[in-house]
Parts: sequence; C-alpha cells; structure tokens
Amino acid sequence: MDENLAAIWLTLRLAATVTLVLLLVGTPIAWWLARTRVWFKGAIAAIVALPLVLPPTVLGFYLLLTMGPNGPIGALTQSFGIGLLPFTFWGLVIASCFYSLPFVVQPLQNAFEAIGERPFEVAATLRAGPWDRFASVALPLAKPGFITAAILGFAHTVGEFGVVLMIGGNIPGVTRVVSVQLYDHVEALDYGQAHWLSGALLLFSFVVLFSLYTFNRHASSSVGPRV
Amino acid sequence: MARDTGLPIGAQFTHCYDEFVLDVDLALPAKGVTVLYGQSGSGKTTLLRCLAGLMHAPGGTLSIGGDQWQGDEVFVPTHKRPIGYVFQEPSLFEHLTVEGNLSYAQKRIDLADFSRSVLSSKEVIELLGIENLLQRKPNQLSGGEKQRVSIARALFSQPELLLMDEPLASLDTQRKREILPYLERLRHELEIPIIYVTHSIDELSRLADWVVVLDKGRVVADGSLADVLTALDSPLQLDDAGVVLETTILAREAQWALLRVGFSGGELLLADNGRAEGETLRVRVDARDVSLTLSQHTDTSILNVLPATVIEISACLSQGAVLVKLCLDHQSTAAFDESKVMDEQSKASRDSGEMLLSRITRRSADYLELAVGSQVWAQIKSVAVLR
Repeated sequence: MDENLAAIWLTLRLAATVTLVLLLVGTPIAWWLARTRVWFKGAIAAIVALPLVLPPTVLGFYLLLTMGPNGPIGALTQSFGIGLLPFTFWGLVIASCFYSLPFVVQPLQNAFEAIGERPFEVAATLRAGPWDRFASVALPLAKPGFITAAILGFAHTVGEFGVVLMIGGNIPGVTRVVSVQLYDHVEALDYGQAHWLSGALLLFSFVVLFSLYTFNRHASSSVGPRV
Repeated sequence: MARDTGLPIGAQFTHCYDEFVLDVDLALPAKGVTVLYGQSGSGKTTLLRCLAGLMHAPGGTLSIGGDQWQGDEVFVPTHKRPIGYVFQEPSLFEHLTVEGNLSYAQKRIDLADFSRSVLSSKEVIELLGIENLLQRKPNQLSGGEKQRVSIARALFSQPELLLMDEPLASLDTQRKREILPYLERLRHELEIPIIYVTHSIDELSRLADWVVVLDKGRVVADGSLADVLTALDSPLQLDDAGVVLETTILAREAQWALLRVGFSGGELLLADNGRAEGETLRVRVDARDVSLTLSQHTDTSILNVLPATVIEISACLSQGAVLVKLCLDHQSTAAFDESKVMDEQSKASRDSGEMLLSRITRRSADYLELAVGSQVWAQIKSVAVLR
C-alpha cells in the first residue's frame, strides 16, 4: 500500500511539473503558431502534433537515444556534470513534456486564433504596445484555453505508460509512476492492489473530463476551444 | 510628398493591396469633420487604416500638424499615434466591464496629456449618455449602447485626431437615430479634427465640414461641403443633388408656427421645431425642391422665394433634366451673426456667395431662356432641418 501511495505522489509531482513547464514553453509556441504566416508553419505544427499519433514507445526510444551517453543531449548533460537523464525524475519530466506537448499547445493555439485580429487593433489604437497587448488582451481572452490546456496536459501526463517505461524504467520513488505500478501488480497477479489503483485512475480521469466539459459549457461565449 | 496647401493634415499613399490600388494625395483641415465618402470598395476604410497605422503603405507620407507619422525613414506604430479609432463593429473588450473598457484607455496615456484634454472623463460619459451602463459587461448592452461606449473609449485616450469608420453602419435605423445626435454634439464640443468614413449621404449632410469623395481608391472630389455639393460635375450629383446651409434662428413667428432663419444668402421660413432664437440650424435644400421663375411671384403659396443669378447649367442629366447652379444675390443681413457658424473653409466659399442647386427639365430651361448670368427667383418648396 505504501508503494501505491509513493507511486501516486510521484505521478502527481511529475504531472504538476510537466504542466507548469509546458504552459511556459507551450504559450509562446502556440502564440507563434496562431499568428505566423511563414511557409514552414505547417511543418512546425505537424512536429508539435506528432505525439498524438506516434506510439509512445517510438518517442521513448528516440528520446532514450538522444539523452543516452552517445546522444547529443546526453553529451551535453554530461559535459555540464549533470550526468545522464534516462532513469531519473528529470529525464521523465523532459520525456513527458514532449509526449504531452500537443495537448497543451493545441487548446492554446485555438484560443489565440479565436480572438482574431480586431481586439489587438483596438488595443493598439488605445496606446497598448505589443507586450502590453499580449498581457492585457491575449492572456485574459484566452483564459478558457489555458484552463483546458492545463487540465489536458496534467491528465495526459498522469496516464502515460510507454514513454515512462522506455525512459524511466521502474525505480521505486524515482520513476515508478501509477501506470507502471499497476503493470507490476498485474504481473505479480496481485489483482486486489491492481483493482485499487485502476479504480482510482478511472475515477480521476472521469472527474477531470467531467469538470472540463462542465467548465467548457459555462465558459463565456465562443472563446474557449472545444475538446 | 503631400501637396502643400497650408492645410495641416497631409496624407499621400500609393499602394497596391492584391487587386486594389489606393492612390491618394490629400490635404485636410485640422478642425471640424472631414467625411470620407464613397461606395463600398472605394478605399475609404483602407485610407483610414493607413492614417491610423493599422496598415502600412510603404512609400507613403503622413504628417499631422508638425508631426511626421510616416515618411521615408519613419513609421510611427499605431500605439504611439495620439489617435482615437472607432471601428465599424463596436469591438469592446468582452472580458472587461464598460468601466474597465474606459479605464483601459485612460491608464495608457501620459498624465501630461490630461492637461491638454478637451473633455474630462465625466464630460465624455455625460456627452454619450452612458452613466448607467458603467458596471455592465459588453454582452449586456444593445448595439447602439456598445457603439456609444466605443466612442467614449476612443475619447478617453485623449486623441488629437479622431478616426471613425462607419460607426453607424452596423446599426439599424432606430439605433442610427439614437446615436446621430451624440455624434453631432461631439462635433460641436470637440476641438480636434474628426475623420469620418461613411457611404450615407444623410450622415455626410449632417456631419461634414469638409468632404473627400473616393472611388476605386482614388479621390474624385474634395473640398468644403458647400463646394463639393454644388460642383455640377461632382459624383454626388445623381438623384440626391442639393445643398446644405448653415443658418441662425433670427426670430420666432409664433402666430404662424414658423421660424425665421438667416444665412449669408438671405432668410428662410421654416416650420417651428422648438429651437431657441440664436441657435444654429443646419438645413438641406434638395435641388428637386427648387423651381425657378423669371419674375417675382407674390401670388404663390411658396414661402421661400430668393433672388439669384444663374452661374452654371449642367449638361443634360437623365430623364431630360438639368441642374442649375445659382448664386444667391442677397448679402449678409446685419442680424446674421456670422461668427457663430464660420470657419475658414466655409468663409471662403461664402465670399463667393451662397449657392443653391435647382433641378428642372431641359424644356423649362430652354423655355425660360436660362443662361449664365440670368436673373431668376428661386422658389424653395421644402427645407429639411438636419440638426
């Protein structure tokens, strides 16, 4: 039972960290995708969306190689004296960020696109400079998009399995998240424990989606993206 | 470079946008309302957006007063131009209350600007009648109320130039009637120039001091309201040819329920609309309501008969009609308080005499042997009070 709680605590910590990092990284990406007209926009959008269709193990495999001792990121982290990232908590965070990126970027991009050009033109005629326009117009008008992005990013990170297994392995308290713990229970034919964890995850997922749909129905007007 | 006419707003833009070419070279007065008039697709909104810096026409020049806003090396971005802009759709910030929308504008101007402010925030709120709306969200307002708040918000940023892009076009007739009086009060109260885009001849007649007529991205006529309205080759001379006169109420003839008003071309009698003596009225006389006689008829039911001289006769219009341009012979009466309505442009047009247009059949013109210089009596069948 303590192992289960440790796994839950680790999962929540991972999901919260990833959500935070993704909101910081995803906002400029989404803003850029929503506003740019450059020809390679389609390519960038496709790269961001890749984790939607790619088997998580493929993503995990490539990340393992790049973060490993012979990969470019691995070389970089070693030269900084951090060591190697695979099979550590921060390795999991980075892998999860790639894995959950589209779930944060796409709602934000939809929300920014839904605002349109006009409110920014209005703000400019009222003396608001570019940063001011972003903070005083884009952020508040895209608020429903931010809430959707945060919930989806968090929930999706909680539910990941393949990437974790490739990058993180199965180290108790470090990389053994709920989904891996559940796998262990089933492998060990410990169905009682498996029921307990599965039930908790099922309930969690339902509550998250239920609150998201309820929120979206109440969210003011058409600004929020639909999920 | 914009041509040098001594008028303080100089704008010259030549630029292609996809299929559309904007090609204008304008000098506009720094006071009063300039109406950019034209059908949709004539480039009026594009021109207004270039003035605001919302569109960039490379190679153009724009100077307001002494300030260069656009030139070879200069392009002042929109947020650094001291303008107010009212969009065709109200475009309030949906996430803020009415008060939040107004203070959004107020928070972003230099405090130093307050000293130059033409109207205090309290005056603006009163002028547009939005005292009771301050705590509401935009989605709780009617279209007309939203547009009044938009205008107030533009004024809250203490503009030195107010740009309005068909502020009434998105509203129904009822709402238009509701807002026009506010616009007229604005015109009266503000010292700053207003550039107003419209395709409505009614709004043009009511609001304009100066008119620019655009067609397919080019200026086809520009000048004072009187000059543009009385130019016989003007693109406005279709069915709604007519003139607009600035008059002052001289006396009330209570037993007849009439007002006697004076203008530099003479006096007129109008139906009493309850306005006080000394107030100014802008009236419109349509060319089709003016008929001509060679001698003064005293046995006529028509109240307003003025002596005039024919100064131009147009080529044949459709349906065998011609437009006759008349100069009214009467000079300013002593009672007429000239200082009230005059600004430089209308004074200039008045020095050459007040004009009337008359639309008559070509047969009548031949029959009366009308020619340039003919002395006639203009019988005015009806006068519409614009404000």
